[in-house]
Amino acid sequence: MKISKEKFGQAFDALVADYKVIAPVSDGSGIAFTEVKSFSDVKQDYLNSKLPPKAFFFPQHEKLMSYKKEGKDVTVKSELKVENTILFGIRPCDAKGMLLLDKVFKNDQYTDPYYYERREKAVIIGLGCTKIAPTCFCSSFEISPAGSEGSDLFLIDLGDSYEVEVVTEKGKALADRLALAELTADEQALVDKIKSAETPSKIDVSNTTSKLDKMFNSPYWDTLQEKCLGCNVCSFSCPTCHCFDISEEVCKNEGTRVRTWDACMAPLFTLHGSGHNPRDNKKARWRQRLMHKFNYFVHNNGSMSCVGCGRCIKSCPVNMDIRQVVDGANKAELVVE
Amino acid sequence: MNNIINDMRDKARQLLAEGKVDVVIGYEKGSLPLKATPFFAHSPAEVDSLIWDETCENNLATYVAKTPGKKAIVAKGCDSRALAVLLQENQLVRDDLYIIGVSCAGVIDQRKIVAEVGEILEAGINDGKISVKGMAGDKEYLFAEVKDATCQTCRYPNPVLEDVHLGETIAVSQEAPAFADVIALEEKSAGERQDYFKEQMSKCIRCYACRNACPLCYCQECFVDCNSPRWLTGGVNRAENLFFQAGRVLHLAGRCVDCGACTRACPQGVDIRALNRKMTKDVYTMYNHEAGISEDGKPALNEYTTSDPEQFLVKE
Repeated sequence: MKISKEKFGQAFDALVADYKVIAPVSDGSGIAFTEVKSFSDVKQDYLNSKLPPKAFFFPQHEKLMSYKKEGKDVTVKSELKVENTILFGIRPCDAKGMLLLDKVFKNDQYTDPYYYERREKAVIIGLGCTKIAPTCFCSSFEISPAGSEGSDLFLIDLGDSYEVEVVTEKGKALADRLALAELTADEQALVDKIKSAETPSKIDVSNTTSKLDKMFNSPYWDTLQEKCLGCNVCSFSCPTCHCFDISEEVCKNEGTRVRTWDACMAPLFTLHGSGHNPRDNKKARWRQRLMHKFNYFVHNNGSMSCVGCGRCIKSCPVNMDIRQVVDGANKAELVVE
Repeated sequence: MNNIINDMRDKARQLLAEGKVDVVIGYEKGSLPLKATPFFAHSPAEVDSLIWDETCENNLATYVAKTPGKKAIVAKGCDSRALAVLLQENQLVRDDLYIIGVSCAGVIDQRKIVAEVGEILEAGINDGKISVKGMAGDKEYLFAEVKDATCQTCRYPNPVLEDVHLGETIAVSQEAPAFADVIALEEKSAGERQDYFKEQMSKCIRCYACRNACPLCYCQECFVDCNSPRWLTGGVNRAENLFFQAGRVLHLAGRCVDCGACTRACPQGVDIRALNRKMTKDVYTMYNHEAGISEDGKPALNEYTTSDPEQFLVKE
């Protein structure tokens, strides 16, 4: 099915009345997902945002609750505010990233209400990639640049119109508000062509997890980490990184409990109250980073936690390229222990 | 350029083979077009990866204190100035350091290119011309057109400190620094400046790439990571972002060598240098001091004379 961009724009503008609508906007130095009030504000021709859209479910700095003590009375208040939200223009890598975050924040042992409530009330309108950046490598993870996995409603840009795929019930509810028409044969052929595309850049991850099983004590980590500056760019720009820290921000007799993004390169990461840190050097940090994404997460959740968006590659100040890091691990000689 | 690279590899090979150093810190070709990446050569067999060109944008001095053993480092003017400050501040042992000096005409500002031609697919540098194939078009640039802003005002393209110099030196103007960029900002109204920094600070995501790329941000515990007392929260908003950036700049007063590594490292394109440059100008005008231009000498704020200006305290 399809809809003209003009009609889609009208429907989009009507949705703004019922939903908080987040969409890609050009902010002068790149693309940012931002709340918009009109389709005319949306940047339609873009590769991807500088930062992943995960912050709409898992904010960088989030108040969990606030509390106040007056005399002997203590009041505790939840700070969770959830709105019906539409995320428009989510790329397939980021939509897959959200599915991976779901595994962390809602599983058979634990449901994080802060993440989950927002996620439940959000509709993802995915937008297939018709241009592929040199740093994109999502095809390494069985993600198609124009695949609908993770989206509720999925669009492919056909020039004057969008091809529309209804993926979930949530997506169907939105699609009911769109005046959809049938694709012509030519349009269908174009859709098929876009859908069959793969990222030119791919890494081989077929044996990476099992290789990493045997690499905890590998000398590979000794030199791998040398050029890393230890900043948080890769984690903050990653659609699947989800480590966080919980702290109290207290002033006199009131305060808030906040959750803040952590990062495996940050100085306070895994620092114990005693002052001991089991990962007190960059070598241990990088081993953790790679293991978490390509080994531990696979064992715990059945999937790698990298989606090949390439943001970490593009943003790294020293050009540490995760593709080369994985390739290096694939090729590293195993030491007999 | 090729002669410098050959000489660099020969020197690195010799230093490693003779056991004079344990590691040579330089650059190799990066994984992306127009990107070099820091490289650590531990054995003579590895030195042929070393390169030197206009893409070698990182300040390698940031690695020196953290790298154990005796090390050689490829140093541009700004890297050598950072080394000089680190030596002045007792952070390095000179005898453990071998400085391979190279004169630097500046590095490429990739962002200028990407803004015009989109993501870079292929690029080549030939005779001062940079030809780029981008996702949104192809273009050929003269190096001067895409020279990083920092390098455009650089007064020290030649290393101030070195054990060997490779290639020719670059002629330098002897005129006092003009600080035209700072003056332009100073001449704006307070409201305009506030708006400018509001916009810049709202972009910061507190990833601390600027701090970590900076060769002179070496506090064992940065004030932003200190939780007792807690100077600022992890809140990412203009006020706290400015508190961090302003705090960092003040810690670098009289120490910043204006290498631009912080601004280049920023994934969000924050104009961090605007703050640093203002502080550099103030230190220059008040104390006639430029950081790290010789191995001896002290950082401006480590010295006190009775003639120090105090116009911020009393009317002078």
